[in-house]
Amino acid sequence: MFGYVIRRLIAAIPIALGVSMVCFALVFLAPGDPVQTLLPPDADAETVARLKALYGLDRPIVVQYFDWLWRVAGGDFGRSIANGRPVIEEIQRSLGNTVLLAGLSVLIAFSIAFVLGVIAGRKSGTWLDRLVTGVAVLGVSIPNYWLAIVLVIIFSVEMMILPSSGTAGDTFDPTSWDHIRYLILPVITLSMIPVGIIARTTRSAVSEVMNQEFVVTLRANGLPEWRVLKHAIKNALPPVLAVMGLQFGTLMGGSILVETVYAWPGSGYLLSKAILTRDVPVLQGTILVLAMIFVVTNLAVDLFQSTLDPRIRRG
Amino acid sequence: MSSAVSATPTDPTEMALPRQRGYWGTVGYRLRYDYITLFFLAVLVLIILSAVFAPWLAPFDPYRESIIRRLKPLGYMDQYWLGTDELGRDMLSRLLYGGRITLTMGIVPVIIATLVGGMLGIVAGFAGGVVNMVIMRVMDVFYAFPSVLLAVAISGAMGGGAVNGMIALSLVFIPPLCRVAETATTQVRNLDFVDAARATGAPLRKVLWHHVIGNVLGPILIYASSLVSVAIILASGLSFLGLGVKPPDPDWGLMLNALRQSIYVSPLVCAMPGIAILITSISMNLVSDGLRAAMDVRA
Repeated sequence: MFGYVIRRLIAAIPIALGVSMVCFALVFLAPGDPVQTLLPPDADAETVARLKALYGLDRPIVVQYFDWLWRVAGGDFGRSIANGRPVIEEIQRSLGNTVLLAGLSVLIAFSIAFVLGVIAGRKSGTWLDRLVTGVAVLGVSIPNYWLAIVLVIIFSVEMMILPSSGTAGDTFDPTSWDHIRYLILPVITLSMIPVGIIARTTRSAVSEVMNQEFVVTLRANGLPEWRVLKHAIKNALPPVLAVMGLQFGTLMGGSILVETVYAWPGSGYLLSKAILTRDVPVLQGTILVLAMIFVVTNLAVDLFQSTLDPRIRRG
Repeated sequence: MSSAVSATPTDPTEMALPRQRGYWGTVGYRLRYDYITLFFLAVLVLIILSAVFAPWLAPFDPYRESIIRRLKPLGYMDQYWLGTDELGRDMLSRLLYGGRITLTMGIVPVIIATLVGGMLGIVAGFAGGVVNMVIMRVMDVFYAFPSVLLAVAISGAMGGGAVNGMIALSLVFIPPLCRVAETATTQVRNLDFVDAARATGAPLRKVLWHHVIGNVLGPILIYASSLVSVAIILASGLSFLGLGVKPPDPDWGLMLNALRQSIYVSPLVCAMPGIAILITSISMNLVSDGLRAAMDVRA
């Protein structure tokens, strides 16, 4: 097991480096010379060259990359063009809110979808199964930014029982109803896609297990149905937990639209504001951090899953 | 007399294998009784037709604004069936024209990604070794981004616009398609009939074309069809963030964002573009699921 962990960790290094290269390259995708945006359009060639030398943009690209990587590794992501504050501070301030939102959404999605999936998987082929499958398709087909607007229309505009956007304060207080109120709609919205995906995974995992021979043996031994189900669930759980973990990573990076609609002060909202103001350092830094979280989550899920079930170890 | 004649088997193959349908015959036969898939296929065809024929179907010019007609409710003056938007433009006309842009934004990237990703995957799977490693490791890097984030990152850095949005979405879908193609090709490559074809001296080009492509195209296309719904939602999402289609062009995502400010005045009209996205993506998902089930030979 220890050797496997080391191998997986080493295998993740080139991926992480590749991700950092893509993030570094984002700056070069931006139209125009990066220096040009800092200078008046009539600046002469000598001034442009001096400024390029000042920012190190005249050096070979490989040198620039490693220089950037070194600074990023030390936590220096540059400064925001919009407000001049260090990018790392902006990210630190917002990341917790997104972790809270994504974590809660995945947990709620799991508790709903797992029950639905077990029901459907046990009764596969019946109308109950079709109903659950329908709910799952709906979950992955709904554009969540639209659902966000619809929920605001229903609960904020028409019924006026929940706030439409924002938060009650900078630091979240889980004991205060006033703070929780602001979380309800974003969490419901964000959990729609994972509900669909987790329900599907659970359904196929459970129905596969239910067709295995040991289930027949358990039944033949006269075990009550609920205890048969307990065994089936235990066997179906690892893949479902893995999907749940992957969904957490996906939501961390994918909450941008939902956060934008609800003005939820997380990393997605930060990203969306950076896009509007063309704030490339914030864009680059946030994307790098979110992608790295995704890489680490995937790795953690992989290790966790192989602890539960050594058969699925890769490479 | 006539019944006796028809009962006499004339074709020996027909006698040996009664009601043989062949692969596509089986797929078609299964689809004919899959009413859910058929229904949503019809919905999808209707949506595509209404987008194609938008200039003939739209009752008004989708760009014509009016200050006095802003945010009117559904059925306003018996002319504006779906009401008017925040600039007084006819919603029905804009939704019809919007279908052209939104569907293009969703379908074109999947086609590009299918061609590029499919080709890369087939090459990687067939060549194996170093070529495979290089291609697949590069894909792994792009796999390490959540799809929404990658699309936002690329189009955000490039500065938005419909074309940049489509480039970004193509890049998002190339890695998964490449993986599907690579897996399918690796499986086929090791089958005996490919070895046999090569042993008889068939040129590589012919082996690839007849034996490999013919067998991996099915899984690639099924997977690609399941991506169209994701692509439409993502493309509209980009426009929603201001990264895709630019105003005043009607795109469902962009319309949704523009109308977001008006939910207190005209909630039903504001929900309309999202309903269009939802119906399209549900239909696409169910048709794709139906195709997958029908084409699964093991079932």
